Amino acid sequence: MITDYEILETMKMFKEQHLDIRTITMGISLMDCAASSVDECCDKIYDKIVRYAHDLVATGEAISKKYGVPIIHKRISVTPIAIVAAACNTSDYTPFAKTLDKAAKACGVNFVGGFSALVQKGYTNSDMKLINSIPEALASTDFVCSSINLASTRTGINMDAVGDMGRIIKKTAELTADRDALGCAKLVVFANAPEDNPFMAGAFLGPGEPECVINVGISGPGVVKHALESVRGADLGTVAETIKKAAFKITRVGELVAREASERLHVPFGIIDLSLAPTPAVGDSVARLLEEFGLEECGTWGTTAALAMLNDAVKKGGIMASSYVGGLSGAFIPVSEDEGMIAAAASGGLRLEKLEAMTCVCSVGLDMIAIPGDTTAETISGIIADEMALGTFNNKTTAVRLIPVPGKGVGERVEFGGLLGYAPIMEVNKASCADFINRGGRIPAPIHSMRN
Amino acid sequence: MESNKNTAVISVIGKDRVGIIAGVATLLSQNDINIKDISQTILDGIFTMIMMVDLKDNVIENSDIVEKLNALGEELGVTITIQHTDLFDRMHRI
Repeated sequence: MITDYEILETMKMFKEQHLDIRTITMGISLMDCAASSVDECCDKIYDKIVRYAHDLVATGEAISKKYGVPIIHKRISVTPIAIVAAACNTSDYTPFAKTLDKAAKACGVNFVGGFSALVQKGYTNSDMKLINSIPEALASTDFVCSSINLASTRTGINMDAVGDMGRIIKKTAELTADRDALGCAKLVVFANAPEDNPFMAGAFLGPGEPECVINVGISGPGVVKHALESVRGADLGTVAETIKKAAFKITRVGELVAREASERLHVPFGIIDLSLAPTPAVGDSVARLLEEFGLEECGTWGTTAALAMLNDAVKKGGIMASSYVGGLSGAFIPVSEDEGMIAAAASGGLRLEKLEAMTCVCSVGLDMIAIPGDTTAETISGIIADEMALGTFNNKTTAVRLIPVPGKGVGERVEFGGLLGYAPIMEVNKASCADFINRGGRIPAPIHSMRN
Repeated sequence: MESNKNTAVISVIGKDRVGIIAGVATLLSQNDINIKDISQTILDGIFTMIMMVDLKDNVIENSDIVEKLNALGEELGVTITIQHTDLFDRMHRI
């Protein structure tokens, strides 16, 4: 027995509160595509992706129609290319990115993730080639996303790679300077990267994953905000309870869609990523949701506490709704993709340092933040090092997706369009950390990594 | 309302006017969709109608009924949605 109230509540979630399935991501293993010839390897990659994913978009659209549930993206994640291409006789990995791009276009998806390497403890030759190919690969493709895992709680932080990625991010920005450094929006570095994350730019299919798998990312900050509006002034226990209930309902929609997609595509269901992923649309903002806790503006004192509680309550509600929860799962706090974050950053109330504090308790990290184009590679590496330390030493995933916009400075604005949004360029502490970064080596794993 | 495997919920929300029920019912009958239950209320000042209908042959995805309902909604100045009942069972029942 479904009541009229429940039907109307559901309808409002979709129509007014921007509840949607953010992405159905098909993970495809490319382990069997290795070959010594680049052409042969690329052909195998293309054929396999198209063979597995040619029905993905149509299936997503049919499910969307059946339930009246918007499914925004259909995407593909693949085995890290540094592993797949390791046997090839080449130092330039750009052809692999172009192949992924071509396959994504053939399947009709809007992003493919996996131009990736896992270097938390050190480089293989192939990892090094992939990292050096990133700027050209991202400049010469439309839909390819790149991610590099630089650190983990088990291994510590690969500071050589942290240093290299500062330079790679700068170079990627330069090669896509005509598009406001758009290449950097498709490049993310991680500590403790999840191997089943369906969200871009960080999606890849880890080496421990199956041949092919469906992972679903859900969203719905608007639904949680709306629920909180009904308990204004109530104590925080009530707030936690309200968030849990909303998260439960959102996650159940994700599970329904994931299971149906898995059945129709004859591909096993992997996980639900129960993240609150904002968009630049009004009413779909994590910042505004935090303000609903009673904060005048996101970034003021109390923001970290509110975010910690939000992140935790979302997980507790979601975990009850699905037995297979994975990926990033929590609240995302990208700046350019969130209307409230943009407003708070533009007013000066939300600063990079506060965002860093917030990443200690949210699910990802410093995400989609535009910084001045004259920020040095070492400073970018320093920001990455701090963020990697937060993840490594607190046993959580953290990430950095910074956009140093060539020719632009603090106070100016950068426009990416669509879901990537727009962002004010934020101020960066200019005191040098170059001597620290240039030491290189590894930061040893924290003591609590010794769990055996 | 009863729910089972082969039913969908059609919800109509908007400003009350003459002919909403007639319009929706006519469209459904033209498309051979059987209405099992109807309830109608004014909720928070807004006209709200909820219909439970039978589904045959995955009619939601295999026909243009969604587009037709959207067009009718525009004509009548209301929002019409059709959703498979499983969605509500999953969201609101443990």
